[in-house]
Order: sequence, then structure tokens, then C-alpha cells
Amino acid sequence: MTDATASGAVPSGAGQGSLLAKDQRTAKRNAAEGRFKIYGLIAVCIGIAALVLLLTSILTSGLSAFRQTTIAMQVTLDAERLDPSGVRDYDEMAKVTTFGYAPLLRDGLQATIAAAGIETELDPGDAMELISDESVAQLRNRVLNNPDLIGQTIEVNVLASGRIDGFYKGRVSYASAELDSNISPEQLQLAEALEERGALKTGLDWRFLTAPDASDTRPEAAGLGVAIIGSAYMMLIVLVLALPIGVAASIYLEEFAPQNRWTDLIEVNISNLAAVPSIVFGILGLAIFINFAGLPQSAPIVGGLVLTLMTLPTIIIATRAALKAVPPSIRDAALGLGASKMQSVFHHVLPLAMPGILTGTIIGLAQALGETAPLLLIGMVAFVREYPDTPLDGGFFDPATALPVQVFNWTQRSDPAFVERASGAIIVLLAFLLLMNLTAIFLRRRFERRW
Amino acid sequence: MNDMRHMERAVRVDTTKIAARDVQVFYGDTHAIKNVSVDIPDKTVTAFIGPSGCGKSTFLRCLNRMNDTISTARVEGHIEIDGEDIYDRRVDPVQLRAKVGMVFQKPNPFPKSIYDNVAYGPRIHGLARDRADLDGIVEKALRRAALWEEVKDRLSAAGTGLSGGQQQRLCIARAVATSPEILLMDEPCSALDPIATDQVENLIHELRENYSVVIVTHSMSQASRVSQKTAYFHLGELVEYGETGQIFTNPQDMRTENYITGRIG
Amino acid sequence: MQVSFVLLFLAAIGTLAFVFARHRAIASVDGDARRLHSLPTYYGLNGLIVSLVPALALLIGWMLLQPLFLERAIRGDLSRAALREGTTMSLVVSDVRRVADGLESGLLAQDFTASDFAEATPAEVGAMLMQGGTALGAPLTQPVLDAAKDYRATSRTLRWIMGIAVLAVAVIGAAIAIHRSEGTFRARNVVEKGVLALLMASASIAILTTLGIVMSMLFETANFFSQYPFTRFFFNATWQPSFSGRGGASELGILPLLWGTLYISFIALIVAVPIGLFSAIYLSEYAGRAFRSVAKPAIEILAGIPTIVYGLFALITVGPLLRDAIASPLGLGNSASSVMTAGLVMGIMLIPFVSSLSDDIINAVPQAMRDGSLGLGATKSETIRQVIVPAALPGIVGAILLAASRAIGETMIVVLGAGAAARLDLNPFEAMTTVTVKIVSQLTGDTDFNSPETLVAFALGLTLFVITLGLNVLALFIVRKYREQYE
Repeated sequence: MTDATASGAVPSGAGQGSLLAKDQRTAKRNAAEGRFKIYGLIAVCIGIAALVLLLTSILTSGLSAFRQTTIAMQVTLDAERLDPSGVRDYDEMAKVTTFGYAPLLRDGLQATIAAAGIETELDPGDAMELISDESVAQLRNRVLNNPDLIGQTIEVNVLASGRIDGFYKGRVSYASAELDSNISPEQLQLAEALEERGALKTGLDWRFLTAPDASDTRPEAAGLGVAIIGSAYMMLIVLVLALPIGVAASIYLEEFAPQNRWTDLIEVNISNLAAVPSIVFGILGLAIFINFAGLPQSAPIVGGLVLTLMTLPTIIIATRAALKAVPPSIRDAALGLGASKMQSVFHHVLPLAMPGILTGTIIGLAQALGETAPLLLIGMVAFVREYPDTPLDGGFFDPATALPVQVFNWTQRSDPAFVERASGAIIVLLAFLLLMNLTAIFLRRRFERRW
Repeated sequence: MNDMRHMERAVRVDTTKIAARDVQVFYGDTHAIKNVSVDIPDKTVTAFIGPSGCGKSTFLRCLNRMNDTISTARVEGHIEIDGEDIYDRRVDPVQLRAKVGMVFQKPNPFPKSIYDNVAYGPRIHGLARDRADLDGIVEKALRRAALWEEVKDRLSAAGTGLSGGQQQRLCIARAVATSPEILLMDEPCSALDPIATDQVENLIHELRENYSVVIVTHSMSQASRVSQKTAYFHLGELVEYGETGQIFTNPQDMRTENYITGRIG
Repeated sequence: MQVSFVLLFLAAIGTLAFVFARHRAIASVDGDARRLHSLPTYYGLNGLIVSLVPALALLIGWMLLQPLFLERAIRGDLSRAALREGTTMSLVVSDVRRVADGLESGLLAQDFTASDFAEATPAEVGAMLMQGGTALGAPLTQPVLDAAKDYRATSRTLRWIMGIAVLAVAVIGAAIAIHRSEGTFRARNVVEKGVLALLMASASIAILTTLGIVMSMLFETANFFSQYPFTRFFFNATWQPSFSGRGGASELGILPLLWGTLYISFIALIVAVPIGLFSAIYLSEYAGRAFRSVAKPAIEILAGIPTIVYGLFALITVGPLLRDAIASPLGLGNSASSVMTAGLVMGIMLIPFVSSLSDDIINAVPQAMRDGSLGLGATKSETIRQVIVPAALPGIVGAILLAASRAIGETMIVVLGAGAAARLDLNPFEAMTTVTVKIVSQLTGDTDFNSPETLVAFALGLTLFVITLGLNVLALFIVRKYREQYE
């Protein structure tokens, strides 16, 4: 009998023979089983490895954006130079451009170098290249906003230039400086000497989160201020528009819609819109909101409207699921007391479905926050340095940019220092997304009801 | 027809095929089977009866270790088939299930052709040398399940397209195609109409020639029609076990009598 | 009249209507609210709805139609004035609009006063506008300036008429509602009807959106095909927009873009489908509880990461890695952005998508099917391969189609990872480009909006929309049929 099974020749039973002895075929099949299982494990591991690689790659190249190299020095704000008129009038003072301020910083730097007792062959102009051009503009703004400073000697902590910053973040080395027209090894030596004396430091700096974007040549000064405000405005618009419209649409479809062609048409449209490529919504925004309705380009209002249309299907689908989860007995109980259908929905079903609706809304918002492609088409890639006004002053119509678009914008610039900025911006974006998702999970855990 | 079965009942001398000793089954914290010991003879139809939730299906699923597929289930005690402990570490449930076939409550043909449904077991166990051999096995199994005449012209049609009774007979054909020694049937007729039930019962009667059949059933009349031995389960315990005639005419236990006379549902 | 003022007035009228309608209802039954047909609030709400909804509808409708009407008026104005060489009507119209807007915003910012530009020459006005930050395509001419002044004047008048009309409608609505607030009036039923209409209108926004998408693209695509023959668009194998001149010299064939799109999507699916499918199978059939509770969320996190992050990952990590490790040593190319880079990263993005869809679909296969197979002595993998996967096949195919549609419509990964060169090539380590990349580059460039180089983006968008829509509809159809089979 055992022989017959082993050869598989006779159509007798496969299971004949002792159960305690494994036949060859079973062993083979078990090996196949093991292999199959390993393929599965490998697939899962590839997925997890991809996630880990992605996050490490972003974190390693982006975390340094939150650190900044700065040089501390004393600057004497010479009244002769900065306000020749002597009346401390804003408009008069504004006539002194950054060219008027640069020498002050140059002198301040020279004084710092001299005070520290550093010998350098660099002339003051070359030494000045250690300092970011943006610092000059920042000094000017500071003085313009506070004319009383004129004539004083103030302590300033100026941004080092992008190359010096890069030197302390591992992007620039003596070898690369040899080949680089923007920095020389002597300048690096000077920076090191300043660092030894404590005048130059690399440390945590939150200006990355608050400063506006900066031009191509000043990566060290580029920040996310405008982008964060722009994204926040758009999220506000999406929340204010998509939540009520989405909930209203879901209530209609789930509770009131009759079974007819129109309802079918709406259903089909919603499920299709959920799968339409996001860039198509950008085309819609460009054609309808900008070209047809004449709304301004790069404005959060247009971005918000486009993202609202994109987010609506997500919110509707989540809301309908939440409404569906409320048991019919609740509705029956309300109707049985003589409440109208509308009252039963608004007084009983909707409050019970609220946690689910909020969770869905937050997830929809998170999706909208990370969306880039449609915003490119409505002009949000523009270089914007001005903070938009508050919403009450029409800030929704001011040019702004958004977090993910700012990332894209920075990837298009040639200076490698912008890679760090872009990755840093992504860390901020991911932190916001994490926060939103944790809120959603918290809501679900806290309010989840089981019937 | 019933008379014939009753006559045959006395013919065979029982040789024990399955021996269960002190079997306990837990689903998580629930104690589903308590201390069941039973000897199931070869070439006999043994019926497990009892009210819903009494553990008869659970016990049946212990016999081919289908409970292994439920992660919370835990089985204790000994079950031996032909003197071999089937819960021994060396036993591969795959081999065991080839030896102990199973037919389920609801007909569950695979979404494949009739032929592929029946050939599935022989293929995975490598029972056929070549195509012709496989054809032979399939035909034999379908004949044995009394389905051959109905489906021989449409073997490549989908198994799911058959009627309920045909589907269940297809599942029986699928089970017998691997030539098991024991056939477990978990309420095989509960989803069928009376005519289909009659067909399947006839089939069970014939299968006894070659297999040891264990059938779980809700219907007492079915148990009395098809089985030679009957075991009555109540709340996870085996209350009474004996010749079918004796159980139905002269039950020893009060609970069995209450059930048979319709006082326990 | 500013729209915000109109809205403010509307809010005031609505509040008053609410208060008075409620008050009058209660007064009509001598303060005994029990004798009212509906709760007092409903009378107030009725006042609110009847006064505001028609007024708001009028406001929105007016604001949508006014630009159309004005544009027509400008065209009528301008057709008398001779158009200069090299411009088109729509260009001039947009110039007119820009000048008018510039004048308006200059006035608002008090850069100049109305009398300043009333008598000024076009050149002077141009300079004034420049100061206000309005850049013009061409030097300002007299006809354009006249038209712009006209435009501004008409638009101001229309705004005033609109404001008055809207407020009048609101007041009349409020009056009617207050008048009707009597004890026997079935306020609740009327309010509920109104709310139902609002709910239905909200639901219909989905249809409006689709309509908007289709109309906007159809319109501009027709415009494009009037300037560029559609046979050359669909069958020309070169993509070479000219940057200098308008029209004529550009080669705008979609084939190389489609090729790049499909090639990248294909690689993405090759990566995502096996990995996604196998991880779904492993996690649902084999993995232990502890492992699953870690691995499943980890894979789902991949789904929540925005595509721009994947794009940057492709740009700074995967692209250089592939180039230095594979492409350069093998002599296959020196570009960090390539079909392979974009495909690989997009594949990673799609893993959770495929895996969660497959998970749903595999779980939809009834347990009886597994039992049947296991009961015959099949191993788990045999059951999966020979019973579950074939049974779930339609669903899995649907899932793959959905994933394909996503891959085809994906933008940021290809913008950052695939490159910009339109090329028909088999080498996956070459940079190629896709439909979506070109939509972005054609619409974000500086080219004139009405040139075929810009308008082609709408034709590309429509093609993309049709392809993805087709895939989605097919996939949803298959998945639905599949689910019905097991219900």
C-alpha cells in the first residue's frame, strides 16, 4: 500500500499508508508552501523597507534645514549713512538701499575678525562673502521698522552665506571649494577661525518655518512662512466649503434620494470624481476659476476651491459610511415619536455619525494638504515673498504659495542647498499630516460606537 | 428501501476506524467539547445528532483537524485513526485530510468547471499518471456520486451552474475522488430540497460499501434512515452512543429521550 | 457696490426676517406657541430661507453671467477699431480686462484718482499701471484704453444694478415670509422642502464638477484643433513645441508622451502588483497577530504620503542611485531621471493601493471555498493559488486597472523623476516624459494662452481624462460584478 502511494500509480487514496511517515510528495508540497510563504514575507519586507528608505532619505537630507549657521557681531548704525536727512522719516530712509547697509556689516565683520585676533589675507569684500546677502536686507528692514536704532551699536546675529552653511552641514568641503567660484578655501579657513573664537555658530533656528521664500542665490534665507500661511488658508477654505456641502450631499444621497436616474447619475459622478487624476482638477481650476470667473492667479481662494472639489468625493464617501453605520432603529424611534424625517436625521442620525464624518473630513483635508499638481496649474508656483493679508483683509485673494508647491519650487533651483530646504519642507508637511492623522485616529478611538 | 438498510445493519462486524479518547475543544474561553470518547467503526454510517450548538460539528471537524484553521481553537485529548494519533507532531494535516475527506453544510463547488472541481483533489495529491488516468478518476468519482449521467456531456461547464442537489453531489464526488478512507459530512442536506436530499441519502447508503462515513445531521429521521450507529451530543458532551435502532427506540438517557421525542429543540 | 457689502446687507436682512417672522407667528396666536402648526423657530427659518436663497441665487448667477456679457460688449466695441498685426481678438480682450482691473485696483490703492487717467494718453496710463504692478503684453493703444474705460464703467454700473436687484429680492422675500407667518401656516413643511432642495443642490455639485471638467476641456480642445489638425496631434511621432513663433513650426504629436506614460505605468505595475498582492496574501493568510499589527499600518502609511514626497525621493535618492549603480556602469545612460526611476518610485506608491484593494477582494471570497479546498487536503498555498486567486481574479483585475489609472494620471513623481524629453525609446534608463508632465510644462510656461503650444495642454488633459475615465468605469464595473457574485 505504501508503495502504491509513493509511486502514485494506482488510483487508490492519497492518504493511505501511515500518517506518521511523510511521503515524498507531501514533503515537496510543504516545501512549496514554505517558499510561497517566504515570497509573501519578502513582499511585505520590501514594502516596509521602501517606507524606511523613503523616510530616512528625507530625514537625513532635510533635518539640517532646521539648523542654521550664524555669525554674531556688533554693527554700528551710522546716522550719516542711513538717514542723511536726519528726520527719521520712513520714506526718506527707504531711499537708502541695501548698498548703503552692506558697508556697515562689512565693517562689523572686520571688527569682529580683528577683535578675535584672526590673521587673514582676505580683503574685506571677500570676507563679506561669508555673510548672506539676505542679512543686509534684514538689517535694513530692522532699521526701517525701528528708526530709533540709528546711531547705536547693536548686536546682530547674521545668517552665514549658503556655502558656509553648507560647509557645516557637509555639503561643502575644502576640495569642492577649490572648484567653486562662490567660495574659496581661505574663506572656509576664516569661517573655521571664527567658529573657534565662538563668533560663528551652527544651531537650531526656527526662521526656516517663519521666513518667506528667498531668491535663487540665497538658499540659506529661504523659509516656509508664506507657504504655511497659504496652505493654512486653503485648508480653511476647504474645511468651510467641503464639510457642509459634503455632509449635505451625503445626507441627501443616504437618507432622502429617491431611486431614479438623477440619483444614479450623481452616484456615478461621485465615484468617478474620486478617481479622476488630480491634475485634471487643476485644468478645471485654470479654465473655470481663473480664465472664466476672473479670479486672481496664485491666490489661496482658487487653490481652496480646486481642492474643495477634489476633496468632496472623499468626504462624501466617508460621511455616507458613517451615516450608514447608524442603525435604522434610531431613525424608527424618532419617526415613531412623530418627528419628521428631516428632524430624525438632523436631531439623531447626524450627531451620532459626527465622529465618523469628522474622521473622514480630516483624512480628506490631509489629502488636500499634500496635493501639488493642480496647484501648479493655477499659478501657485510663483515666487512669493510677501505674506498674504489676514483673511478679513482679503488675504484669500493675495498671492501665496503652498507647502507641497514650495517643495516643488525648490527642487527646480540649481543650488544644491535647496535640496536640503525642500526636504526640510517635506518634514514639516509630513509632521502636519501626522498630526492630522493622529487626530483622526484619536477621534475614532474616543468616539467610536459599536451597535 | 428503509427495510433493506435495516437488514444490512446487522451484517458487518465492527472494526474500529476512529478512536477518540477524552477529547476537549476550546474556542478561546468557551469549552465547546467536554470529555468525548467514542469508537467509530469502519464501513459504517455513524450519525451525530443533537440540538444546535451541542458541539457535533465541532467534534466532526476535529476528526480531520479542520479546527486547525481557526486560530482560537484548541484541541486536547487523543484521536486515533487506524491506531495512529492524528494530533501527533509528525502528522501533516494535509496528508490527514486526504485520508479523511469532508463534505460541508452548504454546497461549495469551486468557481471552476465540473471536471476541474472533481480533478482538484487528485491533481494536488498527484494521484493520476496522465490525462487519461485523471479522466478515469473523475468519471469514477462522478459515477460514485450518482452524477455522471447528468453531467457527462457538460464536464467543462461551471460547477456553480448546477442545481443545489447536483452541487452537493459534485462536492461529494470531489471528496471521493481522492479515495479517502473516511468521509465526514457536516449536515450535507440542510441546504437541499427533499428530492435532492433523497438523492444524497441514497448516495450515502452506497458510500458505506467503501468508506467509513460520519454524518452530522439535524434531522432525526435522516439519522434513522441512513445510519447504523448514532451518537447523541448535548451541550458539548456525548450523552449516548449506540446502534441507531436502539437509540431511537430505547434510549438509555433521559436527555436523549427528550430530544428524540421532540422536547428539546 | 462691493460684493462684500451686498453680503453684509443680506445677512442683516436675513436676521431681521428671522426675528420678525418668528415674532409675528407667535403674536398671531396671542403668544401661545402650542397653537402654532410648527415650532416658532421654523417660522423664523422660513423667513431666513425665503429672503436669502433667491437673493443669493441671483447674486451667484449674476456674477457668473456678467463677465460673459461684458466680454461680448468689448468685442462689439473693438471690432470697429482696427486690430494690429500679430494679435488676436482674445488677446486684446484679455488686455482690455487687465487694464480695467489695473485701473480699478490702482484706484483702490489710491495710487491715482479717476481724473488722473480720464484725460491721460495711453502711454501715461501704461506707466501708471506699471507702477501699480500691472504688466501688459503689448504697449497700450487708444482703442484698448477706450474699451477698458468703457469696460470699467459698464462693470461698475452693472455691479450697482446687481446690488440693488439682489437686495430688493431679499427684501421682497422677507416681506412675503413675514406676511405669511400665521398660526395655521405649515412652516415646518415649507422649511423642510427648502432644506431638501439645498441638500439636493449640494449633491448635484458632483455633476456640475464633472460637467465643468468636460466643458472646460472640450471648449479649449476645440480651440486647439482649430489651430492644429487633430490627425497630426494623434498620429505624429514627434513632440517639439517651438518656443519662438506662434503656431506653424511646432510639432505636437501625442505619441511619444503616451509611450512614456504607458512605459512608466507598466514598470510601476510590474513593481506594485506582485508586491502588493503577495503582501496582501501574507498579511491576511499567514502573518501572526503581532507582525500584522506592525506591518499593515506601515504599508498603509505609504498610501498617506503625498506624491510630492515620492517625487523628491525619486529626484534625490532613487534617480542618482540607479544611475550610479546600474545605468552608468552598463552604459545605458547618464540621466538620473529616467523611466526606471519614475516607474520604480510610482510602483512603491501603488503598493498599498494594490494591497488594500486585494485584501478586500481576497476577504470577499467565502470561507466555504477555503474550507472546501483545505478539507480535500490542499495546503494553504495551493488553496490560495488554485482556488482563492482564480475566484478573486475579476476583482484583482479590477484593482489592477484602478492602479493603472492612478499611474497614468500621476503627476508629481514623473515631473520630478522621469525627465522632460519626449522620446520613443525602449531603454528604461533614458529620460522620457509623460502626458501629465507636458500638461504642467505647457500650462506653467510663459507662452501666450491662445497659442497651440498652450492649448495643447487641454487636448492632453482631455485625452488623459478619457483614458482614466474608461479604465475607472471598466474597473468599477468588473469589481461590482465580482462582488455581486458572492453576495
